[in-house]
Amino acid sequence: MGALYLRRRITNWLALGLSMLATLIGLGFLGWILWDTLMRGISALNLRLFSTITAYGNEGGLANAMVGSLIIDLLGIAIATPIGVLAGTWLAEYAHHTKLGETIRFFNDILLSAPSIVMGLFVYTIIVLPSTALTHGNTTFSGFAGGVALALIALPVIVRTTDEMLRLVPSTLREAALSLGVPQWKLTTQILIRAARSGIVTGVLLALARISGETAPLLFTAFGNNFMTLNPMEKMASLPQIIYQYANDPGDKMHALAWAGAFVLTMFVLLLSLASRLILSRNKVSHD
Amino acid sequence: MSSQPGAIVAPLAADQRSRRDARHDRQFRWLLKICALLVLASLVGAAGATLWGGRSAFASFGWHFLVSSTWDPGNDVYGALVPVYGTIVTSFLAVMLAVPISFGIALYLSEVAPRWLRTPVSSAIELLAGIPSIIYGMWGLFIFAPFFSAHIKPWLTNYLGDSPDDGKLSWVAQHVPFIGKLFGSSYPFGASILTAGIVLAIMITPFISSVMREVFQTVPTRLKESAYALGSSTWEVSWDIVVPYTRSAVIGGILLGLGRALGETMAVTFVLGNAMQLSPSLLDPGSSIASTIANQFSEAVGLQKSTLMALAFLLFVITFIVLLIARLMLRQLARKEGT
Repeated sequence: MGALYLRRRITNWLALGLSMLATLIGLGFLGWILWDTLMRGISALNLRLFSTITAYGNEGGLANAMVGSLIIDLLGIAIATPIGVLAGTWLAEYAHHTKLGETIRFFNDILLSAPSIVMGLFVYTIIVLPSTALTHGNTTFSGFAGGVALALIALPVIVRTTDEMLRLVPSTLREAALSLGVPQWKLTTQILIRAARSGIVTGVLLALARISGETAPLLFTAFGNNFMTLNPMEKMASLPQIIYQYANDPGDKMHALAWAGAFVLTMFVLLLSLASRLILSRNKVSHD
Repeated sequence: MSSQPGAIVAPLAADQRSRRDARHDRQFRWLLKICALLVLASLVGAAGATLWGGRSAFASFGWHFLVSSTWDPGNDVYGALVPVYGTIVTSFLAVMLAVPISFGIALYLSEVAPRWLRTPVSSAIELLAGIPSIIYGMWGLFIFAPFFSAHIKPWLTNYLGDSPDDGKLSWVAQHVPFIGKLFGSSYPFGASILTAGIVLAIMITPFISSVMREVFQTVPTRLKESAYALGSSTWEVSWDIVVPYTRSAVIGGILLGLGRALGETMAVTFVLGNAMQLSPSLLDPGSSIASTIANQFSEAVGLQKSTLMALAFLLFVITFIVLLIARLMLRQLARKEGT
């Protein structure tokens, strides 16, 4: 055993030990964050949370925020899904090796990590400001505007998954259909999208998980509302926005409500992303 | 044969049908193309809307806007330096802290860990990426910032800073230039630029490590096994074979994490302290572009609102450039693979 050999061995053990330490640090922070969210959230959970609105403040619950979140999220998904699936189909089926296709795919990837607060301001400019001007201030912020802002964040996720999933469909399927004289739009809508359906659904779930935790774009679009409303043309509360508001409040009871909301939100998002990842792990695709 | 009507009608119908199909195909193609162009439109629109909204701020402050640290709503004079500085420094700190940890995790998961442990550990790390940023923010505000100010900050100010509690400068603060300024602070709370950097680092670690792990797996087994056959240790294979082979993609992954950190709003707003001041100390509170917008936009009018839009435009441009470089570098490896 020479000195060089010993040194190399020690370096190796040291480096591998440090890599294990890094993994433990990562897992430690995950545990720490989840632990606090669970403990503080569960201790603040009660039925009032789901039955009372935020207008009662301390004594209230988060019912209107949960309903609002659900409406805004579903609106966002309802807008983003058709556009995203069609755009992804174009990238995969029509523009695989064209310059425009490559460009759009490239910028879609950039949009995936674009700052969400800027998207909020974009929607503020194109929807909130014009609707304020058109209705003389009767309609300003709205749940609809919030939905559009979230749709812009969901869109690139859905485009990318659809694109990748369609490219996994074997080309024999396309050739078989085309040789039977099926027109391409029928081939795409009735065979290819159907074949890639589970993957596309996964992408939509992933997008839903992503947007339901978004706060920043809702601050200037849906704004918030202390009362229950089902009308998307009114200001609307959402869970992340109420958590933001309550966490910044000095009162301890407000903090407890914020933790309860955080717990509900985290559970919802983690279950969604777990479910979609479970389906995804069957079809190997990357999602960075 | 020609007396049978069907024989004449059938080719006609087939002809009509193929013409109809061709028309539908064309329409369908256009519909898809328009949807795809909407992706570009939202990117261009976001840049255009913020630029348009910020036009009066750009017009009244000019280039001076970028270098001025004034933030005076009373006199309606604004400069972008404080929030831009806060955004860049917090993100830079986050990347500096997250890169070694992410590299360790990726190395552990691709080369060290036993096979049965890889999937559960990597799913757990990816779980970290799924937690909404507002939860990071709350955790940072209620749990981490108090912990930081009780346990980490006193140590840093006493041993590295230029304003320790007992007034005696440590050896490090006396001999290493600038370090005293970086860690000196008389601000009593946990919110600071460094706290925001740490919370951001936790947030971007799963992104960077998952990209790194993915690209590490693209290294041909042939290369690694040749090195092992020559007697290399696991670390030598990782550092001398895997890392050089994937260098551009690794840098791309790091920049992707940087892009996330730059644009993050909620996790930062809670722990940055939201002070409109320029301080050399990492332990003093600051502001980032996103936190400034989140805090002030609802109440802002006139020039202040325009300034916030201008800030959003700057943020968009900065992240766009970082993400552009990231994607270009990631693409280099994909080319090498020939996919």
